[in-house]
Order: sequence, then C-alpha cells, then structure tokens
Amino acid sequence: MSDISTTKASAETMISMTGVAKWYGAFQALNDINVSVRKGEKIVLCGPSGSGKSTLIRCINHLEAYQQGEIRVGGILLGHQAKSIDAVRREVGMVFQQFNLFPHLTVLQNCMLAPMRALGLGKAEAEGRARQLLERVKIAEQAEKYPAQLSGGQQQRVAIARALCMRPQVMLFDEPTSALDPEMVKEVLDTMIDLAREGMTMICVTHEMGFARQVADRVIFMASGAIVEEAPPVEFFSNPKHERTRKFLGEILGH
Amino acid sequence: MNYTLDFTPVIEGMPNLLTACLGTFVLAICGMLLATVIGIGGVVLRTSKIKALRWLVIGFVEIIRNTPFLVQIFFIYFALPLAGLRLDPTPTAIIALGINGGAYAIEIIRGGVQSISKGQVEAGLALGLHKAQVFRLIVLKPALRAIFPSLTSQFVLLTLTTSIASAISAYELTSVSQRIESDSFRSFEVYFTVTAFYLVISWLMMRLFAFFSARYFAYPVK
Ligand SMILES: Nc1ncnc2c1ncn2[C@@H]1O[C@H](COP(=O)(O)OP(=O)(O)OP(=O)(O)O)[C@@H](O)[C@H]1O
Ligand SMILES: [Mg+2]
Repeated sequence: MSDISTTKASAETMISMTGVAKWYGAFQALNDINVSVRKGEKIVLCGPSGSGKSTLIRCINHLEAYQQGEIRVGGILLGHQAKSIDAVRREVGMVFQQFNLFPHLTVLQNCMLAPMRALGLGKAEAEGRARQLLERVKIAEQAEKYPAQLSGGQQQRVAIARALCMRPQVMLFDEPTSALDPEMVKEVLDTMIDLAREGMTMICVTHEMGFARQVADRVIFMASGAIVEEAPPVEFFSNPKHERTRKFLGEILGH
Repeated sequence: MNYTLDFTPVIEGMPNLLTACLGTFVLAICGMLLATVIGIGGVVLRTSKIKALRWLVIGFVEIIRNTPFLVQIFFIYFALPLAGLRLDPTPTAIIALGINGGAYAIEIIRGGVQSISKGQVEAGLALGLHKAQVFRLIVLKPALRAIFPSLTSQFVLLTLTTSIASAISAYELTSVSQRIESDSFRSFEVYFTVTAFYLVISWLMMRLFAFFSARYFAYPVK
C-alpha cells in the first residue's frame, strides 16, 4: 500500500514542517511537529478536540506564528517577515469551518476581491476567473447573490471557489463540514473530492472518515499537540498502532 | 396673562432664519464628516502596534468626553490664534464639532469593529490581503452597519450641538435668532419658531441617515 502512494506522488515536496513548536503563553500547543507533504498529496488530519489540528494548519499560512522549527511551502521558507508571509499566502488557500464569506459582497465580488487587490488582476480577468471557478463548484447561477441568501453548503462551496481564485498550490481545510446541516455535507465533500482528483495538494482537518478513506493518501492522527501516528487510510483504520488512536477511532466511528 | 402673540418680527426675519438653518446644516454636515474621519482614524490608531499612539487616542477620547463642549469651543477659538492660526468662527465651530463628535465616534465605531468576527479578518489575511486592506475592504462596512443607529443618534446630537457655536457667533440658527430676539423682544415667538426649526432639522438629518443606510448597507444579513 505505502509503495503505491510513494510511487504515484511526485518526489517534489510541497510543504515541510521540521521540528515545529508553538506556545500560547505558557501552554505548548504544538510539540516537535514533523510533516512532509508532496505535491498532489492529500492528507487528512484528525484527533480529539484541542489536540492542535487547527493550530498546525494555521501555522502553515502564518495565521498563527510558530516559535521553533522551520516551515517551508513550495520551497519558500516561512519566516516572520511580511515578505515571506505574503509569498506563502499567495500559494496557500484556506477554507474555514464558519465559511467566513464577506457579507457585504456578492458571491462574485467575494471571489474577485483578493485576485484584484492582492494579485493586481484587472476586473475583467478577475471576473472571468471567478465565474469559471463558481461554475466548477456548481454554483455559477448564484453569483449575484449575497452570502446570507445561500444555504450553508452553498456558502462553503463559494468559500472553496474564492480560495481557488488565487490559484493556490495548496488548499487547507479546517473542519469544512462541521458547521453544516447533515444534508449539505455531501455537496461540500463532493466538491473537495473533485478538487482532489484534479491533483490539488490538500491538508484537511476533518472527522469525515468516509472522505479520508476515499481521498487521503495519508491520515495523520494528533493528540496533545503532537503527531501520534500517520499511515495510509486502509492501514490507519484497520490496524491503528497506538492505544490513543484506537480509542479515538472507537469514539468517532461509534463502536 | 394677557400677552398678545406677535409673529411680525419672526415673519420679517424669516429669510434670515432660513439661511441660518442652512448655516446650521453646513456646520452639522462638515462637523460630521470631520468626526467620521477622526472616528475611523482614531479606531485605526487605537489598534496600532505603537503603544504611544494607542494612549494618545485614549487620552484624547477621555479629555473630550469629560469636558463641556462650550469650554472646548472657547478653548479652540482662543487657543488657535495663540498657535498662529486665525480662523473665522464658522470654521472654528466646524473643527470643534468635528473633534467633539470624533471622540464619541471613535468609541462607537470601535464597538462596531469589535463586533466583527475574527474569522472575517483571518479569511482576508489567508487570501493574501494586507492588514490595512482587510480593515478597509472587509471590516469597515459591516462594522459601520452594526453601529449605524448609534452613530445616527450621536450625529443628530452633534446637529443640535451646533447651537452652542452661537457662543462664538458662528453663523447658524441660534445666533441669528438671538439677534432677532434682542432687536424685537419677542422671545417666545422667536424661540417657538426656532424650536420648530430644530425639530425639522433633526428629522431631516434622520431621513438623510436612513436614506444613506438604505443605499450603502443594503446587503442582506441572516
Ligand atoms: N488563541 C489561543 N490562545 C490560547 N490557547 C489557544 C488558542 N488557540 C488555541 N488554543 C489552545 O491550543 C490547543 C489546540 O487548539 P486547536 O484549536 O489547534 O485544537 P483543535 O485540534 O483544532 O481542536 P478542535 O477539534 O476543537 O477544533 C487547545 O488546547 C486550545 O485551547
Ligand atoms: Mg480546530
């Protein structure tokens, strides 16, 4: 199994975290994190609440500063200077649990804002991109609506399109379906599956284990700010090595 | 009580009173614009990384909110010339109104900015926008929308406060009516009329704000 995943993903490293540590005051939220993600690889990150999953992916685009170790994204060393942060954020899209669409802008304007303001694209080009990506997440007909007029599932698909409008090399998802009514989870997961098929490098914090089985190259399990175990999904689910992993899987899969 | 009402001096002074209403509008509108600029600028400085700037804003707000406007307007009227800046009463009044209204606007707008979820800011930053762009393009409008009713009442109050500018004889309704009153001794008739005018002015201001709000904040929210 692991043979297959090593051969199919190219050798190019997209994200590397080496010895990363982070503290909130005196509380250590991340402890010696080492992760390497190849281009095109899909990672599912799971673990109990408070284990540091959000903190980990938020360090990758520097929404949280890390204090020790090294993070590289697409070859760029993520330091604490604005220049490297800007460069990394240009390559990394993020989707949040609460969608975080801008309420005062239409769906289309939500998608055009950053390409125009951060990339300096002209209006026509930004609009073309936006419409194309809204098409791709199957929501083109809602382009002129405001976020409050959409369902949760639709909002989250817009959020995905908005992030994609920056043409990122990596997409980070922080529990993208946790705030959704059950009947809307599938439409968002399907969008993510499509994205995965197209070869996007993805790190998804999610407890949707069906998604993990179907899409992930590797599942990483965290507890107490550290990586406890990582394995391809089949191995991870059928043969978890650590007691904490087994306990977590028992809780989440309901047996 | 056999006081006979005589509105003749008021009627004769009507053209003056009406242009004085215009003067009041000019003071109020210019004062509000300045107050808005100070309000938004103050909120930006209030969240600055530089501690001295934050304290400057806090100090400014405290001083203005804990001293009477009449004293502030006198202070500015007599202090500016000492600093070599000689201004007419009307521009002086506008500056005083802007500074006074600005201090209140800072606190009101700050509340609006704090009501915007951190997720909005994070989404903007994650999209590669800079902090200043996030504030200007993402935070500001929903923040203003959230506090617009409070800002409206504060600015109606500012409109009425323009009457205090009569103390430095700025051109506005109260000072003009005082002149008509002292020439005619028809105090009741004059102030009855002026009261009615101020009511209409306040009402017009509220209509103006409602119109602006319906235009600018038309997007739906849950
Ligand atoms: N801004 C903060 N200040 C202080 N502590 C924080 C902060 N953010 C997170 N923490 C703490 O860091 C730890 C990791 O938080 P994090 O949000 O990364 O967990 P998580 O695995 O994403 O949990 P969940 O599944 O609940 O989202 C938690 O103990 C949390 O209380
Ligand atoms: Mg989390």
